Amino acid sequence: MQKYSIFNLVKNAFSNHENWDLAWKDPTPKEEYDVVIIGGGGHGLATAYYLAKEHNITKVAIIEKGWIGGGNVGRNTTIIRSNYMHDENALFSEFGMDLWRKMSQDLNYNVMFSPRGIINLAHSDAQMNAYARRGNSMRLNGIDAILLNREQVREIIPMADFSENVRFPIFGGLMQPSAGTARHDAVAWGYARQADSMGVDIIQNCEVTGFDVIAGKINGIRTSRGNIKTKKVGLCVAGSTNILAEKLNMTLPIETHLLQACVSEPVKPILDRVVTFGAGHFYISQSDKGEMVMGGDLDGYNSYAQRGNLPTLQHVLTEGIAMMPFLSKLKMLRTWGGIMDMSMDGSPIIDKTHIDGLYLNCGWCYGGFKATPASGWTFAHTIAQDRVHELNAGYSLNRFSTGHLIDEKGLGTKTWIS
Amino acid sequence: MLYIKCPYCGMRSQNEFSYGGDASIKRPELNKEISNEEWDNFVYNRKSLRGKHLELWQHLSGCRQWIKVERDTATHEIFNTYKADEEVSK
Repeated sequence: MQKYSIFNLVKNAFSNHENWDLAWKDPTPKEEYDVVIIGGGGHGLATAYYLAKEHNITKVAIIEKGWIGGGNVGRNTTIIRSNYMHDENALFSEFGMDLWRKMSQDLNYNVMFSPRGIINLAHSDAQMNAYARRGNSMRLNGIDAILLNREQVREIIPMADFSENVRFPIFGGLMQPSAGTARHDAVAWGYARQADSMGVDIIQNCEVTGFDVIAGKINGIRTSRGNIKTKKVGLCVAGSTNILAEKLNMTLPIETHLLQACVSEPVKPILDRVVTFGAGHFYISQSDKGEMVMGGDLDGYNSYAQRGNLPTLQHVLTEGIAMMPFLSKLKMLRTWGGIMDMSMDGSPIIDKTHIDGLYLNCGWCYGGFKATPASGWTFAHTIAQDRVHELNAGYSLNRFSTGHLIDEKGLGTKTWIS
Repeated sequence: MLYIKCPYCGMRSQNEFSYGGDASIKRPELNKEISNEEWDNFVYNRKSLRGKHLELWQHLSGCRQWIKVERDTATHEIFNTYKADEEVSK
């Protein structure tokens, strides 16, 4: 594989950049693989990469119905953080933060990781108390957290509404300075390029139509481009999890919902942090191009539409304008939607299943993007060793029947309750 | 914007309704031995169908009645609406 470096950039400039290698190949499916990963999104690509890198398993195929990076890894608001209270989420996400920091060097691909910090705004005394508690939990787990008062928040984000007569005054906030953003497409492409170079077959435009399960064991999959034999299958298909689960006669604690995001026209730099509104569900950051990147609540009802509905967008942007009134002057550039695998407790599932050789990675709700490296790393471990790693032991499928829910915010599918 | 025909009030905009999830889920019967699996299926497990989906909505800012709506989860086309206690033939 050609290394991306300043020297190669200069060298290729002499031939008008016409002789670069393809970043990944377009192979036809082989008859048999050691592991098949279904879903060529961030998590699937990362899983294949870590299977090859950490476990020397390179006879791997990624089966993608569309094109890689065309789903949620290209549709999110690029936020990376580990500001969780519960141990399961905190340790898992902080492990991921470490992988994020090294990712550009590791993948030889600039993912533009920008640890600019995230601030969760608080709008009441009770919320300040809750944030103090969460901040303390984070620090006990080795994650950086700073509780800010109103004046400290005003110094960092003076463009927020600090006037006296607002409905939700800013009391303060909880900041994780090491959180940030990254270029989401680059994450998918970087993982794809490295996985491909280690021998992983990335097979696009290939839909999985069925599974061959014999005596409780995975024996292969059926696809629109022929049958593939394999003993191990990893599902990494986010909002399509239920569709594939139905083919396996499984019913999962997952519902598929639609989440929207949008960007404004590009403006000069004004916001150098990620900020979330604490009296509703709204988050915002500014991209390197200058667009304000915003997102919020689910549309609120089961959806596979991959495009949103206006009432929710209006609701979300109303919160945004309440928090930062200058947003009302901006024009909307683009809005889009992605379909989320919403789990019932708002936390993910990375586990084995009752079918031998079938592994499940789903339930990422609002937080799939930031989990990409940790999810891939732990899922690769789970598949390669046929047992869960201690980092994803809490993300078990049976926690719903045993009662070991991880209700970080209690924000699962039932947004109408919150 | 979805337009939902409330069986009591007629055609109203989505803004007047709140969503209540899969309407095909049945609560396990009272006074019967109930396994963990049955509770699991009632409380957590969902088919989340792509296509025709029978679901509960409440006409919250209207008559406040719960209703059943048959909607396509991929196209959002609404085929039919029913009163909550109406049996819906498949």
